[in-house]
Amino acid sequence: MHVRTILAIATGACILLLLAPDGHAQETHIGGLTGNAKRGEPLYKRYCVFCHGTRGDGRGENAAYLNPKPRDFTAGTFICRSTPAGSLPLDGDLYDTISRGMNLSAMPSWKSLTRQQRTDLVAYIKSFSSRFSSEKPAAALQIPEEPPSSADSVKRGAQLFQSMNCWGCHGKEGRGNGPAALSLTDSKGFPISPFDFTSGTRFKCGQSGRELFRDLLTGLDGTPMPSFREAMKPEQLWDLVHYLETLPEGGKGS
Amino acid sequence: MSGQVGSWRWFRCSRSRWVAGRLPKCQGAKMRIGGLSRIGARLVVLGALLTYAQPSHAIPAFARKYGLPCSACHEAWPKLNNFGQVFRDNGYQLGNNRDAPIYQEPSYFPLTIRVTPQWHRESNDRRAVDVVPGVPTGGTVESRVTTSGFDLTGVELFAAGTLYKNISFAVQPFLDTNGTSLLQMFVRFDNLLGSPWLNVKFGKFELDTLTSQERILTLNNTGGAYYTYFFRPPGDNNSFGGIGNNQLGVELMGHSANSYTRYAISVLSSNNGQPGLPSNNNYDVYGDFTQGFEIPRLGLQRVGVYGYAGESPTFFQTRGGVPIAGTGKGNRSFYRAGAYGLWYVGRFDFSTFYLHGQENVFLGNAVPADQPFNLPKGAAGPAWNGGFVEAHYTYNPRLVLIGRYELIRMSQQANPAHRGDFGNLDAWTVGYRWYPFMSSRAGLAWVQEYSHLRSVGTAPLSGRDDNTNSYLMGFDFDF
Repeated sequence: MHVRTILAIATGACILLLLAPDGHAQETHIGGLTGNAKRGEPLYKRYCVFCHGTRGDGRGENAAYLNPKPRDFTAGTFICRSTPAGSLPLDGDLYDTISRGMNLSAMPSWKSLTRQQRTDLVAYIKSFSSRFSSEKPAAALQIPEEPPSSADSVKRGAQLFQSMNCWGCHGKEGRGNGPAALSLTDSKGFPISPFDFTSGTRFKCGQSGRELFRDLLTGLDGTPMPSFREAMKPEQLWDLVHYLETLPEGGKGS
Repeated sequence: MSGQVGSWRWFRCSRSRWVAGRLPKCQGAKMRIGGLSRIGARLVVLGALLTYAQPSHAIPAFARKYGLPCSACHEAWPKLNNFGQVFRDNGYQLGNNRDAPIYQEPSYFPLTIRVTPQWHRESNDRRAVDVVPGVPTGGTVESRVTTSGFDLTGVELFAAGTLYKNISFAVQPFLDTNGTSLLQMFVRFDNLLGSPWLNVKFGKFELDTLTSQERILTLNNTGGAYYTYFFRPPGDNNSFGGIGNNQLGVELMGHSANSYTRYAISVLSSNNGQPGLPSNNNYDVYGDFTQGFEIPRLGLQRVGVYGYAGESPTFFQTRGGVPIAGTGKGNRSFYRAGAYGLWYVGRFDFSTFYLHGQENVFLGNAVPADQPFNLPKGAAGPAWNGGFVEAHYTYNPRLVLIGRYELIRMSQQANPAHRGDFGNLDAWTVGYRWYPFMSSRAGLAWVQEYSHLRSVGTAPLSGRDDNTNSYLMGFDFDF
């Protein structure tokens, strides 16, 4: 092979490399901080890789032993969001999830990492899915001011719990034992359990009534939990929240 | 098993390390009550055997419980990162559903076992040896003594976790050819009144500090301990072995949610962590305060201050001339105080530690407090300054390079007859730990280390400087 040919191939390869999409090009902007995927990579490999896998596909070393399974970042589907169902999450949504952890799963709170580290991790996690390159997340859904909880509101919420078939999964008493509970699977086909509202534990995506409202509004993508944004008015969603808050033993209604 | 280097005595103890501690200067004829010297020596030797070597530990039992790799909690096992620090401060709780002991399979038991097979070489250039081997009456000379070979540590067990929500525990026995010792055993009531600022620990535990002797990265006989933590001046007979020793007592500790701000106050029995109340009925006090802060682009940095104040007996009640354990009298005071910092610059991190120590003149000269006429003329309470800089280069979570330089400088000799730099120390250590794999089930590190120690004026016969070297290559693993 001539030297010129070798040089030409080498030059072409260099150009291709330069033009190739950089998996680390993701940046995030959260609260005045700029996250960088390149800085996030070693953090991911230190803290996250054993569950979420080197490719972010949720197939880390521990995945086989975990229930629920770790999130597959390559799908670009995220449970906890402020955006409408089906939309990508905002950077802040991913940041909040990392900070808060996912209750009822092996995912702990990583709030002890610095804000910059968490921001960098968000950037790296986004690099696993091409959705973040080709789509923009929708705007965050607005959560209206919470009306005062009252006996009437709780009563209306209880009626909605029945009429909207929430009990089908969550059970008549909200114990997570509805008739469909045992047949539910997540978007990857793994069995998934409905939330037991009587347990008094935190929800997957938070703890407050406002966060519960958001879950009802956005749905939990990747799980059977749909969005009720179209099906219910905001005041009805608040009624439902007020009712659900009475279910835990020692809750507001007990 | 022990060897003596000048007034330094090296104790072989847990983790197969030789660690240094000053013996009471009994041979210096400063102790007028033989019983005290014997008790003091026993206290110190026992203390050394049981507690000087604070075995550093990582806890795969936690990794298994939570499904997290070692690197999640450790900068480099066993040194904690902030995530691990928060976990520890919170009573071994992550705050998710896996904290409860009943969450695990019934067969799960939170037990970790650690051992370190190794090859090591020890060399001391001024060891006192008999001129004619086997003939103790033929006189002694200073000679270089070198030993080497394959060796084993004892077995370290560590069980820790939660007994119930917000009630945690730790039990850490150590087994080797010298017997069994209990390095830690405590119960901790976490988040009292729902606040992370109120946690109470009761039992035997490591004094709260972020530059932990428990989690030191080096294991070799010369560089396996922070000298600053254990130093006592030559001729001193303080029964307190140093802030690196685990102590018996109660600790009130608090921290912010991210553990950037931390405090700890301990009231400790003045027995150097030894069970059975061998020394006296006094109480010592230890306090530590740490503040973390973030620097843009560098991340978390930490600074802290600490202090330990206590009293130690200078003689004992006796029966038939034999000291009665636990009846220490003539208590005299001592203290340790200083500051430290943990600095992170990219892949480098630096631990800096400063200590000022001072002891009462009777402790410093090993003279009973009821016999002031036996103090040397011009005697004074010894004082010194010490510290170290330890640097780590964490190439990735599986490889860490280690370098440490440590020095101690006497600022006041107890006995004016001693030269001003008598007892000064210089020590340095280099090494690495390489973790061939990272898993949430077990840990393995291939370690190589080399350490050097120079102790000024402590050669046993000539009074010249004493030099000790150690090399260690081994596999540190736990599961």
